[in-house]
Amino acid sequence: MHVPDGFFDVPVSVGAGVFAAAGVAVCLRGARRELDDRTAPMAGLVAAFIFAVQMLNFPVAAGTSGHLLGGALAAILVGPYTAVLCVAVVLLVQGFFFADGGLTALGVNISLMAIVTTVVGWAVFRTVTRAAPGSRRAVVAGSFVAALVSVPAAALVFTALFWLGGTAPIEVSSVAVAMGGVHLLIGLGEGLITAVTVSSVLAVRPDLVYGARGLARRLVLRTADGEVEVGEQEPAPVRAGLRPVLVGGALVAVLLAGFVSFYASSAPDGLEKVAADKGLSANAGPHHLEDAPLAGYGVKGVDDQRLSNGLAGVAGVGLTVVAGGAVFYAVRRRRRHQDRAIA
Amino acid sequence: MSGGHHQLYRPGETLVHRLPPQCKLVAVVSFAVAVVATPRECFWAFGVYALLLGAVAAAARVPAAFVARRMVIEVPFVLFAVAIPLIGTGERIEALGVSLSVPGLWAAWNILAKATLGVAASILLAATTEPRMMLLGAERLRLPRLLVQIATFMLRYMDVIGDQMRRMRVARESRGFVARDLRQAPVLAKSAGALFIRSYERGERVHLAMLSRGYTGEMPSIRDLSASRRDWGVAALLPGLAFVAALVAWSLP
Repeated sequence: MHVPDGFFDVPVSVGAGVFAAAGVAVCLRGARRELDDRTAPMAGLVAAFIFAVQMLNFPVAAGTSGHLLGGALAAILVGPYTAVLCVAVVLLVQGFFFADGGLTALGVNISLMAIVTTVVGWAVFRTVTRAAPGSRRAVVAGSFVAALVSVPAAALVFTALFWLGGTAPIEVSSVAVAMGGVHLLIGLGEGLITAVTVSSVLAVRPDLVYGARGLARRLVLRTADGEVEVGEQEPAPVRAGLRPVLVGGALVAVLLAGFVSFYASSAPDGLEKVAADKGLSANAGPHHLEDAPLAGYGVKGVDDQRLSNGLAGVAGVGLTVVAGGAVFYAVRRRRRHQDRAIA
Repeated sequence: MSGGHHQLYRPGETLVHRLPPQCKLVAVVSFAVAVVATPRECFWAFGVYALLLGAVAAAARVPAAFVARRMVIEVPFVLFAVAIPLIGTGERIEALGVSLSVPGLWAAWNILAKATLGVAASILLAATTEPRMMLLGAERLRLPRLLVQIATFMLRYMDVIGDQMRRMRVARESRGFVARDLRQAPVLAKSAGALFIRSYERGERVHLAMLSRGYTGEMPSIRDLSASRRDWGVAALLPGLAFVAALVAWSLP
């Protein structure tokens, strides 16, 4: 999945580079909280581990094999901040030393494979483990689902970037289907291997699994005077508050949609081009939403083409956020109702 | 300590080898930017870029066979690029009885040319710069210290971990293990789990060993890597000429 030079146009590469740099900067601060002064040696060794594991090919089906991306695995084993750093360093080394992945595409590669897989994987993992706190089985199941979801999520973000600034004239829908389908399969393998890896580490050194920090039982001394609990409870995983993630994500989305579509080429996309080439447009009746305020990704009444595109992008993100938030809110309310019903 | 990144570096005493690493890093990244920013219709510009890289390779005495061998890393994308004209949209032409998309052909050429030039530039950088020096150069370019240190440790222990994995593979295979399909994945996953525990515990030992030798969270720098103006001038030749070519390519109708 290493994107080479020339696959994305310059605005998307630059935008992804800024996003990746910001993400890595946040993680540099967060990783110190996870590992203190041990950060450099530990993260370095974990990065070497990820590099080695990525060479571990597993057969997916007859004849084809995939390899681990490792973002979700690293997040569960060593914590999300350290994981982003480790995978980012792996990608940097692969780019500069092994010529694997283009240098101008480093931002895209780090955003997709280090940030998206890790953040999505960790969010899913926390959701699953929070449903059944303190259970080893939930940790393993959470690992499976997290890794399974993280790979197609990265593929979807890749498709979105492709839609914004891909250089190949392939219909976005077919890219989405192809990327999503293949990566769902790879995600299955990734999920399986991640879950078994986490469970085998849990069996030997449960204290090493960051995602299972709350599991360790306190040591109980049975003395003549009764039972005494010794030692401090392992701190629960640092809860990366949801708010900064949400606010940051929204900001980045608005920035990307606004600025990138401001500069993105105004060439029609593949489907529109086919329609124009084949003379379909002339016959086609006016779309019944043609008068809608966002038709053709431009805002009506704003004359400057670029400004209009940028505004449309921002508005699109806003609409998506509102729609997504509404769904999320509805689901949460329903769950609360169910909880109350059970209680 | 065998294999791995040591094969990437070709020791030498040429002008390119002696340049400070930070100059070479900036030069290669700017060169890649110039290549990517070039309009794809300008065939001659890509020829100029290839000539520039050829000149660098000649100056560094890196044989073409060495570069060609390492270009294998690009093969998956060559396959992808070949597929684009077949599945691409837009105007189509017939060639050798196969219907090909014209914008698809352009896109395939675009990706192939730019990716190949980028890969070749990275290979030349890695072939003329010691990995350790490359990291010191990155540190001088104000890459965050912590990131550089993580990369240093990764490079230092990559071979150790890789060898550990190889020994585990030999152990698996000498017991008759063959990975045929996904049902064998749990075995590989258990190996990965064991490898993680070994890596993590090794990290803890390394950290303690370094603490006992006075590690305070920063590595002392024992080599002065300052670059003179002349060094920067020499390093700027490659991206400078590339940017000139890119500008000319843009200004032509």
